[in-house]
Amino acid sequence: MKKKRILADILLVAGVLAAALIVFLLIPRGGGSTVVVTVDGKEYASLPLDEDAELLIESEGGTNLLIISGGKASVVEADCPNQVCVETGAISSEGQLIVCLPHKVVIEIVD
Amino acid sequence: MLGVMAALALVLGYVESLIPTGIPGVKLGLGNLVVLAAMYAISVRGAAAVAAVKIVLGGLLFGSFAGLLYSLAGGAASFLVMLLLKKSERFGLVGVSAAGGVVHNIAQLAVACAVLGGIKLAYMLPLLLVSGVAAGLIVGAAAIPCVKLAEKIAGKGEK
Repeated sequence: MKKKRILADILLVAGVLAAALIVFLLIPRGGGSTVVVTVDGKEYASLPLDEDAELLIESEGGTNLLIISGGKASVVEADCPNQVCVETGAISSEGQLIVCLPHKVVIEIVD
Repeated sequence: MLGVMAALALVLGYVESLIPTGIPGVKLGLGNLVVLAAMYAISVRGAAAVAAVKIVLGGLLFGSFAGLLYSLAGGAASFLVMLLLKKSERFGLVGVSAAGGVVHNIAQLAVACAVLGGIKLAYMLPLLLVSGVAAGLIVGAAAIPCVKLAEKIAGKGEK
């Protein structure tokens, strides 16, 4: 009985990991060229990734400072409580995301 | 007994917010340790109470209102799935915990998708699935002695 449960546990974990791998493989990857900023589901700004720029994203919740430099986009400053967006670091390829849940801000790279 | 457990879950939830996991937004879910112990050693109802107190008070004390929404969705979904798997009696404690961790993350992602619009957040799904399993495994393994301890205390003191 106990052995059976352990087997079931292992199958469960393996199943989830397999699903993760499949989703991972399905995600398109490769060079992105545009940084799209969405606030609360609406497009806020769209910037080319190959031009250095600085954008202060102002939303209901507060502000996030987005910097595009050397083909990479990152949030360097935000007044949100958890700072997940800042800790995410720089993104540079298609499909990568920086998300600030408290401010409902999504920064993504598209082709 | 339940009050002490709820307090313990709260403290663990706070403590883990101080421990960085290396990946932004990823947490261990140590509070689930206590919820599991309550579910196995005391009663389903008791576990639900502990989970509810942890989420609502934890959200009010240490988090934001928006955060509360995510915690509620994750907590409720993972609690239901863990309960179902436990009732099925086909899975061990570790498996139940792992499933709870995964479902917790999926539910939070689903809320994020609904709030932020668009399913592009699905890009984060693989990371969240793997981290959910990993956290669930760790917490599940750690929960085994906790359940024994809780059974001992509950058996003697009877709530």
